[in-house]
Amino acid sequence: MAELILLREAIQTLVQDGDMVAMEGFTHLIPFAAGHEIIRQHKKDLTLVRMTPDLIYDQLIGMGCAKKLIFSWGGNPGVGSLHRFRDAVENAWPLPLEIEEHSHAGLANAYVSGASNLPFAVMRGYAGSELAEHNPNVRTIICPFTGEQLTAVPSLRPDVAIIHAQKADRKGNVLLWGILGVQKEAVLAARRSIVTVEEVVDDLEAGPNACILPRWVVTAVCEVPRGATPSYAHGYYARDNRFYRTWDAISRTRESFLTWMQEQVLGVSDFSEYLHHNHVVAEEVRR
Amino acid sequence: MTKATTSEMMTIASSRRLKDGDVCFVGIGLPSTAANLARLTHAPNIVLIYESGPIGAKPHVLPLSIGDGDLAETADTVVSTPEIFRYWLQGGRIDVGFLGAAQIDRFANINTTVIGSYGKPKTRLPGAGGAPEIASSAKRVLIILRHSLRAFVSKLDFVTSMGFGEGGDHRARLGLPGAGPQAIVTDLCIFEPDPESRELVVTSLHQGVTREKVAATTGWPVRFAQTVETIEAASENELAVLRDLEQRTMLAHGVAAGDAS
Repeated sequence: MAELILLREAIQTLVQDGDMVAMEGFTHLIPFAAGHEIIRQHKKDLTLVRMTPDLIYDQLIGMGCAKKLIFSWGGNPGVGSLHRFRDAVENAWPLPLEIEEHSHAGLANAYVSGASNLPFAVMRGYAGSELAEHNPNVRTIICPFTGEQLTAVPSLRPDVAIIHAQKADRKGNVLLWGILGVQKEAVLAARRSIVTVEEVVDDLEAGPNACILPRWVVTAVCEVPRGATPSYAHGYYARDNRFYRTWDAISRTRESFLTWMQEQVLGVSDFSEYLHHNHVVAEEVRR
Repeated sequence: MTKATTSEMMTIASSRRLKDGDVCFVGIGLPSTAANLARLTHAPNIVLIYESGPIGAKPHVLPLSIGDGDLAETADTVVSTPEIFRYWLQGGRIDVGFLGAAQIDRFANINTTVIGSYGKPKTRLPGAGGAPEIASSAKRVLIILRHSLRAFVSKLDFVTSMGFGEGGDHRARLGLPGAGPQAIVTDLCIFEPDPESRELVVTSLHQGVTREKVAATTGWPVRFAQTVETIEAASENELAVLRDLEQRTMLAHGVAAGDAS
């Protein structure tokens, strides 16, 4: 049953060193505030899962929180490389990073089968791709009905899923809308979940087919306004495209990265203090 | 209006490959620019699907990322990412998969994973994203990328997504549902696969581009079709619509949509 607690407390109690942690959000609703809190609490040896490692995983990897990354596309969307991710893979800095690499379809299916309590997902995929040669978790299976050869990937069952959403009510029911990505599947596949939200309201005012995570599948709800910055929250604020470009320069060298992390993440007490320093309130958009 | 640049001609020539009413699975960057140009010119009923979930997106400006809010706001519907890959792509509902690439070989296989070895890469690229299954499951595939010796290589460092594999009937042997790449559009020319061997053959050149230039910019001995056509110059409308779209994008984002995927 969802508890409404502070983000600091949620990360302290629900994320343990060595956990498999999935922080999802497909360009939209990326849980940056939670990522910063994980860095501030010096969590380590994490296996990070995410379809599109974005700036948030660049920061976690560069700060040495991760021992392994399971992913399908690792770039700075619309800008180029993730320099800290590349430095970890190419030069083992600050630590060697084990990678398990998939296609989007593979990981999306792995979340669905995890949420469905199945051991693996079956799909048509990876055919002719060398990914299958380098990833022992991509295997084949014969259809028992037709004899057709299909691809199987093991289900993802993270210890913790962390997502950001627009709203929760006071009981902890969560509502999200816009680009939905794999957030619902990630929460349902995981043992525990943390959802940061833009606001806690009396009534979600959601229609019958809205994407709702009922309070009894969510472990903790934390109110963190603008908690997805510099990504965006549909109906609340736009993506800070300028920061995505700035990150390219900040993250390019180890020194400039560490200086920035020290000042902007380790050196502040919470995400609101970081926002105050870094992000001019990007244009508010209509609800 | 000034004459079209080679980059603009690459975008325009690839947009012409999309038919009105096609259901097109769009990659970010150059494919997204060309697909939206098609939508705003000769193919108003094209259905644009982005892997983040929007189906029937009609963005006012080009998206910088695959999940921009404008895609969701203007779509006929927005579904989850698993649904996009399971029901819509694997379900066989995509006419054209429109991809970019970092490296390509003479059988239109694509690398977006690493330069150098996989275990110790010289350059780690972003990776597969949706491409392997788009390349295998879309009924046909269209590829757009800039011509260079670094991009058009005799041997890929890594096969991320399959074009025609080793050529011939390789796709059929692996049971891939789609017909594979039908055209590779560059800033110099258009390649199409030979109907038998599936090797890429130059079938048309942009205006003013010589065979020697293409040969010198391609990392394998290039074959030319018996008749090599010249690609029709940009019409006033194509050029005006493309420039207007890019101008609007600049104003909205403070930056061009660019090539990054």
